[in-house]
Amino acid sequence: MSATPAGTDAKIPVTVLTGYLGAGKTTLMNRILTENHGTRYAVIVNEFGEIGIDNDLLVESDEEIFEMNNGCICCTVRGDLIRTVENLMKRKGTFDAILVETTGVADPAPVAQTFFMDEDVRDKARLDAVVTVVDCRHVLKRLEDTTEAEDQIAFADVILLNKTDLVTAEELKAVEERIHSINPYAVLHRTERCAIDLANVLNRGAFDLDRILSLDPQFLEAHDHDHECGPDCDHDHHHHHHGHDHHDHDHGHHHDTHSVRSISLTAKDLDPQVFFRWISEVTQIQGPNILRLKGIMAFKDDPQRYVVQGVHMIIEGDHQRDWKAGEERLSRLVFIGRDLDEAALRTGLKACEA
Amino acid sequence: MPVIAPFDCDAFVVAAAFIGDKTAFALGDGTVRLVGAGDETIRLHKGALLAACPAPDGRLIVTGGDDGRVLTLDASGEIAEIAEKPRKWIDILAVAPQGAIAYASGRTAWVKQANGTEKEFAISRAIGGIAFAPKGLRLAIARYDGASLYWVNVDAPPQELAWKGAHAAIAFSPDGKYLVTTMQENALHGWRLADQQDMRMTGYPAKVKSMHFSAKGKYLATSGANAAILWPFFGKTGPMGQQPLQLGARSDALVSVVACHPSEDVVAIGYQDGMVLAARFQDGAEVLLKRPGNAPISTLAWHTAGGRLAYGSEEGEAGIITLTD
Repeated sequence: MSATPAGTDAKIPVTVLTGYLGAGKTTLMNRILTENHGTRYAVIVNEFGEIGIDNDLLVESDEEIFEMNNGCICCTVRGDLIRTVENLMKRKGTFDAILVETTGVADPAPVAQTFFMDEDVRDKARLDAVVTVVDCRHVLKRLEDTTEAEDQIAFADVILLNKTDLVTAEELKAVEERIHSINPYAVLHRTERCAIDLANVLNRGAFDLDRILSLDPQFLEAHDHDHECGPDCDHDHHHHHHGHDHHDHDHGHHHDTHSVRSISLTAKDLDPQVFFRWISEVTQIQGPNILRLKGIMAFKDDPQRYVVQGVHMIIEGDHQRDWKAGEERLSRLVFIGRDLDEAALRTGLKACEA
Repeated sequence: MPVIAPFDCDAFVVAAAFIGDKTAFALGDGTVRLVGAGDETIRLHKGALLAACPAPDGRLIVTGGDDGRVLTLDASGEIAEIAEKPRKWIDILAVAPQGAIAYASGRTAWVKQANGTEKEFAISRAIGGIAFAPKGLRLAIARYDGASLYWVNVDAPPQELAWKGAHAAIAFSPDGKYLVTTMQENALHGWRLADQQDMRMTGYPAKVKSMHFSAKGKYLATSGANAAILWPFFGKTGPMGQQPLQLGARSDALVSVVACHPSEDVVAIGYQDGMVLAARFQDGAEVLLKRPGNAPISTLAWHTAGGRLAYGSEEGEAGIITLTD
């Protein structure tokens, strides 16, 4: 089940591949290009480098960040990507999907925003998934040193925990917990040399909001008694309760050294006018701190589910499908970002209830 | 009544052009279809054909592809190679009146002179478009944050025209006084070259992808709205403080391509739903030339004599419309 509205299936799916230098992106890329999965990929890379494949749909594209003249500091797009997608559309029919590899140190936001902000690209292509490859040995150090590594994890729909053979079980567990604390909504796969069934990576129906939003990170964590609480953890676990109560921070103090957290909110039927006013205000004011935003909304007297997604200040939404008989009409909204005021967001969404 | 001769193609029509006694449809699949006395499809590029434009003398069409090659094709079907830039996608082309050919990819543009020498112009940011000045001696390069103006035959730093943002297509007014670019935003930017006065032309609901100066340079016709928007370029101040003409207004489709008639004050307008019409500047009178089809019109080209118009769409609809009085 994909979150893209009906009628958009003609759009070319785009997989964005991120990961810090040396994490194994090229290995994954080579796998995608050589394995027989029946999908023809047009591949956009930063440099041909070690891609050992002769594919006439392989294009090298120099990263060109365009700032938009709309006064929004975080509205950046990849100009080269706009051009390349436009050019690829001239040979539509010779490929089924697009794969974009970003540089190791790239901020994933401009790539993702390109698929929302540029009207031509948005007409022709849809972001299927952001796949982040993580080197288990080095990722904790990278997270200390850089914000890019954290952004790449925060943006991911799918994360490959690569090089698991090179770490101990405890180290792996620590890595998983840390990643989970940044982005509990991404699907994690443990891999060695990026060996994975590519069906887990490609054509994910990307912003598979149903899956993402039906995940209950608190619930998952509650089963793991010596886990570190995610920063969004507000479950009523007696020894872990912190939620809005910051006096009860008796666990994992290194939480404070990283800033990306996710916030999951739910509400009953909403008044659409109040909601749109609120969400556009939230994204206008807190946009720079919001890395990703995803939600399924139930609007009063509306038989259809309304899906929203956003990157920084950009938000877009559309009706998706009817609420099914027996399906709980629940508005669910997830923010992944820095310095987000959970209490204010929670109150804000509640105030949109019809 | 206009008469249409359709030549449906199986690929994105990148450009149409009248060359010699034939009509050429340059197609995204790397081929050019030449129709006239006969109808043949000639493969030029190994992969996609990304850009094409006719030479001003009307004998050749120049093409660029994702195989890195720049080629010319004449009406007899003869192909000549102008350049090969391995692994570059050549998606920007321009041809000068005296036959010099400019091509660009990424951050580099090249000019191949009629005498066969090639000159390289490296820019620090992405090139969006290139254009020769009317006399062909200067080359304008649209880039991120402005445009750069080079003398083709002089090794000197370029004249830089600054305006924040990403600039794509670029065009000189026929009198050489103005330079106009389309932008990543839904706007045009222009400079009056005499004093580098900036001109900002905004109000479009969509990106402007097509622009074309009218025969005597009085108007600049543009796409990107639900009508063809024509900015006046006569008088001392050009479009500044003036209202543009709006021709061929429709409520249900945006204009995707415009092409001004080679001698009359008439513009051919192609829409996103595949419709084509012609409109007169003077009174806005319209003539329907082609009914809506299945895809946006991607190219329109007038025969230099004006009586025929070639069109193409993103899904391969193509044809020649003959106008009779």
